[in-house]
Amino acid sequence: MNAFVSLVSALIAVVALAAISWFGVGAIGLDSVFGVIIPYIALAIFIVGVVYRIVGWARVPVPFRIPTTCGQAKSLPWIKADNLESPYNTWGVIGRMFLEVFLFRSLFRNTKAELREGPKITYASAKWLWLFGIMFHYSFLIIILRHLRFFMEPIPSFVEAITSVDGFFQIMVPTLFISDIIFLGAVTLLFLRRVTLPQVRYISLPADYFALFLILGIGVSGVLMRNYFKVDLLGVKNLAISLFTFHPVPTAGIHPIFYVHLFLVSVLIAYFPFSKLMHAGGVFLSPTRNLANVNRSERYVNPWNYPVKVHTYEEYENEFRGKMKEVGIPVDKE
Amino acid sequence: MYNAGKIIIGIVIFLALITAPFWYNLAKPSAPPKLELGTQEKQCVESKAFMQANHMVLLDQWRDEVVRDGKRIYVNSAGKQFNMSLQNTCTKCHSTKTKFCDRCHTYLNVAPNCWDCHIAPKEQEKLAGRSDK
Repeated sequence: MNAFVSLVSALIAVVALAAISWFGVGAIGLDSVFGVIIPYIALAIFIVGVVYRIVGWARVPVPFRIPTTCGQAKSLPWIKADNLESPYNTWGVIGRMFLEVFLFRSLFRNTKAELREGPKITYASAKWLWLFGIMFHYSFLIIILRHLRFFMEPIPSFVEAITSVDGFFQIMVPTLFISDIIFLGAVTLLFLRRVTLPQVRYISLPADYFALFLILGIGVSGVLMRNYFKVDLLGVKNLAISLFTFHPVPTAGIHPIFYVHLFLVSVLIAYFPFSKLMHAGGVFLSPTRNLANVNRSERYVNPWNYPVKVHTYEEYENEFRGKMKEVGIPVDKE
Repeated sequence: MYNAGKIIIGIVIFLALITAPFWYNLAKPSAPPKLELGTQEKQCVESKAFMQANHMVLLDQWRDEVVRDGKRIYVNSAGKQFNMSLQNTCTKCHSTKTKFCDRCHTYLNVAPNCWDCHIAPKEQEKLAGRSDK
């Protein structure tokens, strides 16, 4: 599919979703549909979908160890082995996974290849994806943790601490959060990276743009809701708590922008298990990352190996001992 | 399923994290806060809807005008004049910070910095007596 078509179709889809919720609540008054029914369905799809995908992956046998390595494997004692780049025990694997999950180490290793005059090919480090990725994921995490103020009563003190640090600069009223700015900036930069690099643009599909636009839409509607439309937070929290206690009470009078936000989040979590976003679970189940590079030191049995029927020499000799002696063939046991 | 033990531990951690708000709220049932105005006055400086959404913006604007421009008079949308002062105008009616401001702010984890400088009104028990009659 053409890159432009991919981009525009994804954009139309997200704008249409936002419009559906905006008019669905604002003009038709479907508060309980968008405020109660859809979020519950979306959460159920999310939970069941993620478990389904994980179990699906776990059912696939890994016939042999396939860790991708980029360091010295353990061999002779006087050759220094690299346990993080080529893990030789479980601690190495844990360390490697930890750095991958929390610091996105494989993105940090990203390189670019360019043809220069000559023609000469040059390779250079390209850290932008790593930088935007880490900005995006950590600000998203902080934003999600901050949202617990709506989901939990009384509010846990760590949420208050995070919020207080996040609003440290006290710019504007209501306070502008640092994580909001970084989040919107990072999503925008990830998008720009995708459209400006020709190679990345060429392999981008509607699914790539859809997730980006959806998340951008969630961020923009959230900031608008807080700093521009000023939705009724008391009503929002009452609704959220009612959902989390299974006594849903659709609250009237919340501005439609809140339902746009909530609906886009519902779409995101319902879409999550069936999309590239599932890398959140997939990173833990990557055989190229979560296996130790011990192919030579430990036997790895292919899980689908059936028991091979063997006929040992001992059994053979037992069977034919008499005949072998008759024709003068030497035997081990007399 | 291969590595069933590890997979199940992972799924249990995922489910625990995702459903945490449900368990948390089940354990500690709560009621939404009820605000006590502490006044007989029917009308704030602006309409109730405006105040609900924009009181923080209005107070911020008041602070800037008083502190930076020395302007003390606020003219509301109905043309009525007010003295721009948190301690002399706002808390004259909203005299119970703990039962008015704090209830919503605590419920929603809003930490305004008004009281870093201002003195909260002294709260008296007679207000409770007044609402009883």
